[in-house]
Amino acid sequence: MRVLYKKELSDHLDSTRYQILFVLLACIMIFAVNGAISTISQAAQQTSDGQTSVSEFLFLQLFTTSGSNVYSFSTFIGFLGPIVGIMLGFDAINEEVAQGTLNRLAAQPIYRDTIINAKFLAGLTAVAIMIFTLGGVMTGYGLIRTGLVLTGEEVARIVMYLLMCTLYISLWMALAELFSVTSRYAATSALASIAIWLFLTMFWSTIVSGIAGSIYPVNGGGYQAQLNAISNYSLQTGLNRVSPYYVFSEITTILMNPNVHSTNVVSLLTSQEGAVASYLSFGQSLLQIWPHIVLMIAETVIFFAAAYITFMKREIRA
Amino acid sequence: METANKDEIVIRTVDLCKTYGTLKAVDHLNLEIRRGEIFGLLGPNGAGKTTTTLMLLGLTDPTSGSASIEGLDCTRDSLAVKNEVGYLPDNVGFYPNMSGRDNLIFSGEMNGLTREQAGERAKQVLERVGMTEAADRDAGTYSRGMRQRLGIADVLMKQPRIIIMDEPTGGLDPQATTDLISMIHDLSKIEGITILISSHDLYQIQKISDRVGIFVKGHMIACGRIDELGRQLQNEGLYMFDVWADRNGDSTWDKDLLNDVRALPNVKLIGRKVDGTIHVESSEDVQRGLEETLLRHNYTVREMHRQGGDLDEIYRKYFERAEAGEKGGKSNGRSKAGADAGEKRTGSDERPSKIRRGLSRILGK
Ligand SMILES: Nc1ncnc2c1ncn2[C@@H]1O[C@H](COP(=O)(O)OP(=O)(O)O)[C@@H](O)[C@H]1O
Ligand SMILES: [Mg+2]
Repeated sequence: MRVLYKKELSDHLDSTRYQILFVLLACIMIFAVNGAISTISQAAQQTSDGQTSVSEFLFLQLFTTSGSNVYSFSTFIGFLGPIVGIMLGFDAINEEVAQGTLNRLAAQPIYRDTIINAKFLAGLTAVAIMIFTLGGVMTGYGLIRTGLVLTGEEVARIVMYLLMCTLYISLWMALAELFSVTSRYAATSALASIAIWLFLTMFWSTIVSGIAGSIYPVNGGGYQAQLNAISNYSLQTGLNRVSPYYVFSEITTILMNPNVHSTNVVSLLTSQEGAVASYLSFGQSLLQIWPHIVLMIAETVIFFAAAYITFMKREIRA
Repeated sequence: METANKDEIVIRTVDLCKTYGTLKAVDHLNLEIRRGEIFGLLGPNGAGKTTTTLMLLGLTDPTSGSASIEGLDCTRDSLAVKNEVGYLPDNVGFYPNMSGRDNLIFSGEMNGLTREQAGERAKQVLERVGMTEAADRDAGTYSRGMRQRLGIADVLMKQPRIIIMDEPTGGLDPQATTDLISMIHDLSKIEGITILISSHDLYQIQKISDRVGIFVKGHMIACGRIDELGRQLQNEGLYMFDVWADRNGDSTWDKDLLNDVRALPNVKLIGRKVDGTIHVESSEDVQRGLEETLLRHNYTVREMHRQGGDLDEIYRKYFERAEAGEKGGKSNGRSKAGADAGEKRTGSDERPSKIRRGLSRILGK
């Protein structure tokens, strides 16, 4: 297991594919941070001129604020993270089959599940290395550029956020690995994973609002429409959460914006009624995203388990 | 190697079956392979050879029946079996962007060696298969023959007492095949490794195999030492003649002649081949009678080939037919062979005649 894991990991780290992804994300990160810094400093300029107070968690906004013409880092991760996961997982098994190495590997005195476990763990490690390196560099760069001081809580939130990024990417990697077991050709599994990714990130929310709108129509005034508004919103959020993309963006929002209290409809309403504006502690934020984390872990586990079972059942034949 | 412990059975299958849907890929296979011998599992493509080797290594589960190696159950103790047995899969592959040596070292480490031990052993086995020069090139650049040799080196990394090879000579040119075959021979005779080698290429295999089993459509239709099989066949008698004879330039045989030939003792079958030669089968050497009969009918014998008791020839015919049948989809040759093989398993003494019966069906028009 250890031997195989080490080999798989070094395969990842040495592969051109991984290095390209790394450089790509690094570039994106630099752009995003610079954009965020300029936006924030403008905002800070305005606030120091007078009225409102600067957010206490200014540093976190480096991750979530978009510049005038670039998206924020978190948006990029939400969108491109799946690609990273897919790229690292889509040919995990079928490539071995194509090379004729799988049956040789399976004939070594190891349990068969060692193969897929080692592959998944190695992928996970590769992702974590990538994300934490980028996150670390980004934090350091941000510190130097802005001269802000990090509080312990901010550090905790950033670490948690990076963990969530890793989890998010691993989820997609697990999906891609599932396809790499079920489809014989790497191209097929890449296309299938990408199709799902496009569908869930680009089209799902539109479809969801369509569905919600047809079940609980909110147009036309009246009492019923008002009642429907709440159900409509709940249904939309519920369905949206099918997409890891949406779940991840909720996690990002709550983790990185301590003044966001919750994402469910009731608290939205209460906050409109003028709840006390305050920051959530890290623990409280965690509590808020707990179900999201569980959901993402569960999905990752389900995808991996499906890949695992399929792999254990199938016949190893060249 | 058939010495003191020649009766010790190393690999044994008992009524081993594997079905895919309705297809019986392996049907009640009973196989016994003795310590130190080279056993050739011969059969045309699709016979179930690969399936059998996969079951022996626990890479696929039998539908019913059992297989054991060194007393270890191949399904339940597959880990222990894989510890003992080296497996050279059909069309073996290596990680293309690692050198041949690194591929071997990786295998060694998978077998519990330290990196240093693995490196040391890799050096030895590379020497052994004559791959030292190419060892540090990326495996992706290797030719088929080099991959095959590296495959053997890879198997030797675990210092196995038993090696199972699936079509090791497939796709090799004659020279590479000969080299590989003699390498396999040495492994068995010098190092005493028990070897199960599957192939559709009888020609090479029979040179080194102590015993062979002929495997068609999931059935073992014959099994034994090559010379035994040959002699048995000869005793039972199977002589085949291909005759090209004409009378005044006309090479068709008239009815009288055919009747007279049929009347010869033990002639079982007469047929006409596409090229116009007449094929005669008999359980006795009727060459003399055939010649005399032809002469009596004023025919001149232009060519006459006799094949008899020559196992080699028989196999070749058998396999060529079966493979041609496979290529052409449902040809008669193949389905008849299958039907014949499908009848019932028989005792060893009946087997040769069974081949012959299969053959007659195939060859008969
Ligand atoms: N996974 C599978 N599903 C269905 N049929 C299979 C499968 N694998 C092999 N077969 C069939 O089993 C038969 C035996 O195959 P195989 O053992 O590979 O033959 P050989 O190695 O002797 O050429 C073939 O007819 C093949 O088509
Ligand atoms: Mg085969």
